[in-house]
Amino acid sequence: MNKLLLLGDEAIAQAGIDAGMSGVFAYPGTPSTEITQYVRSSPETKKKGIVATWAANEKTAAEQALGMSYAGKRAMTCMKHVGLNVAADVFMNAAITGANGGLLFVVADDPSMHSSQNEQDSRVYGKFAMIPILEPSNQQEAYDMVHIGFDISEKLQVPVLMRITTRLAHSRAGVARKDTREQNQFKLPEDLKQFILLPAIARKRYQMLLDNQEAFQQLADESQYNQFYPAEDTTLGIIACGLAYNYLMENYPDRKVPHPVVKVTQYPLPQKHIRELYDQCDEILVIEDGYPVVEEMLKGFMDRGKKIKGRLDGSLPRTGELNPTIVGKALGIPVPETLPVPDLLANRPPSLCKGCPHIDSFLGLNEAIEQYGKGRVFSDIGCYTLSALPPYHSINTCVDMGASITMAKGAADAGMRPAVAVIGDSTFTHSGITGLLDAVNDKSNITVVILDNATTAMTGGQPSSAFERLEDICKGVGVEEDHIRVIKPLNKRHEENTQVFKEELAYDGVSVIIPRRECIVTLNKRMRQKFKDKEKAEKK
Amino acid sequence: MKNDIILAGVGGQGILSIAAIIGYAAVQSNLYLKQAEVHGMSQRGGDVQSHLRLSSDEIASDLIPEGKADMIISVEPMESLRYLPYLYKEGWLITNTQPFVNIPNYPAIEEVMAEIHKLPRYVALDAEKMADEAGSKKAANVVILGAASPFIDIPVEKLEEAIRFLFGKKGEDLVEINLKALRAGREFAKENM
Repeated sequence: MNKLLLLGDEAIAQAGIDAGMSGVFAYPGTPSTEITQYVRSSPETKKKGIVATWAANEKTAAEQALGMSYAGKRAMTCMKHVGLNVAADVFMNAAITGANGGLLFVVADDPSMHSSQNEQDSRVYGKFAMIPILEPSNQQEAYDMVHIGFDISEKLQVPVLMRITTRLAHSRAGVARKDTREQNQFKLPEDLKQFILLPAIARKRYQMLLDNQEAFQQLADESQYNQFYPAEDTTLGIIACGLAYNYLMENYPDRKVPHPVVKVTQYPLPQKHIRELYDQCDEILVIEDGYPVVEEMLKGFMDRGKKIKGRLDGSLPRTGELNPTIVGKALGIPVPETLPVPDLLANRPPSLCKGCPHIDSFLGLNEAIEQYGKGRVFSDIGCYTLSALPPYHSINTCVDMGASITMAKGAADAGMRPAVAVIGDSTFTHSGITGLLDAVNDKSNITVVILDNATTAMTGGQPSSAFERLEDICKGVGVEEDHIRVIKPLNKRHEENTQVFKEELAYDGVSVIIPRRECIVTLNKRMRQKFKDKEKAEKK
Repeated sequence: MKNDIILAGVGGQGILSIAAIIGYAAVQSNLYLKQAEVHGMSQRGGDVQSHLRLSSDEIASDLIPEGKADMIISVEPMESLRYLPYLYKEGWLITNTQPFVNIPNYPAIEEVMAEIHKLPRYVALDAEKMADEAGSKKAANVVILGAASPFIDIPVEKLEEAIRFLFGKKGEDLVEINLKALRAGREFAKENM
């Protein structure tokens, strides 16, 4: 069978389609976005009637997936690592309810923070929820393990976490497809109380999860994806998790590692292999992308056993993404002499696009707020976060989705005047509405700027859930109609827009300004398509 | 056979299109391939790179180790220098000479070129100008690919096939422009390597 050239994300998506998944639910977030994107654009999705939807946020997405699992069908929910914080409530409790149809949480971590605010490791969440974790080491395994994930989930009635990292998510390789599998028929849970987490039932379900741990362990011990590779030189034993296995192998061109190796791609940790390695070897080196999760487990609090090397003892850097060079250094393999980067090189940080509506919004806001002094603008997560950089220097915070409004409220409650929140249209519907409700209820003195570019821009232009309904939502939440001001952020309207900012900054109470102009990237894309369609029509 | 390639440029300059052409040609040539891309934040006018690895044997890492890249292909002169620690000592650097200036502290272009001229093996060409002559400035990335093609162990016919396949749905004119751009870059490299 011909191989497909797929990103890790796309391999997971294709596997979902082939493994009889009935739905994928997600909120876009780098590096996980392309999974749902791929399912949505695949012709098979329509043919097979697969639901592929962008939800308002990761929590609502994961709950939809859980509902589909309740109805007996296979479901996937995808998010970036910090998205799992938003979905943590349903994630932790889904471990207790268990699954009916196969349920897969696919979470993409971002070590090195290429496009994120932290590098939290989702394996910690998996362990916290006490569910099986899959950590494929390459695109083919990512594809294959989706099938395995659904199998485990249905066999043991438990949600399964698949953890990938940016590098696998956004790297392409040839992937061979397996035979396709039919979707499940609609089927209620055998026990109709399974999903009612009233204390009496929850205690029972929790006990079942605990009892299942042994089965999870056995699966990991016997998994073909966890392997022990014996070798002669037992002065060192190596544990390589997920992608780290490739970096290890890269350092041995003949693919023969002189030390015994345990490759880990399924958790709980394969006890049998790891004990064998530990017994044989003088020291252990743990290579894992993200947090030193396995290293800490092996070391324990007392650290009285054999020497465990990894990110904690400095053999590998404590932070950041691994690569073959870093792993080679930890193995004592010399780095070839190379040319240095010339001193004249300047950094080239990302920036707002030429023609971006946010530019005009920030220039207006900057001018209007100048008289009050610096440090009063709470921002959020999206393209507009780039306004922190020169030449704008407009914002003072970026913490988590929706935090702009609530942090501004907290600061206003502390006496800050004015306190401004800047949030995108998509982030507002993701997690901003409830915060705005808090502000309205407390009559806080805040000005909320909802930058409406009619899309989720940073992740590539996914639809925005509140398209053309922002004013209605603000009104419905209770913002006074006179203080919901829509402006068009254009250079030629700078004076009048700045005036609107000034008026609302001076207002006592909750005010909302909605600078509305389409994202320049989606606009250009739309125009190109229109031009093409017109050309086509003329040819006919 | 093994080609480890660092692709460099600025977000939006079309390095992923170069990767797509080489990728398609590699698959058609039954080679193994791994290609690490950059998505997300840095695509907004920041520096971007892609690791592209081709091999007749299975490839382990998605990332190229430092000092092991056979070539750096860059659509922007300053960006061509950013990844020098990846380049094998006798590796080739193929770069555009037209700077993309979207930062206030871009160094003097003469100094950037002086650094490039210090390298033992390089091909530097004005890809915009050659692309313009081929019919569209937008094909500058394909001119650069053409200039790199003598160093890539894939028959040029396969690269042309890939261009026909990938640009085919966008119209015959665009296919012709890009094929011309590829050939122009390739001729330049052959005369100047």
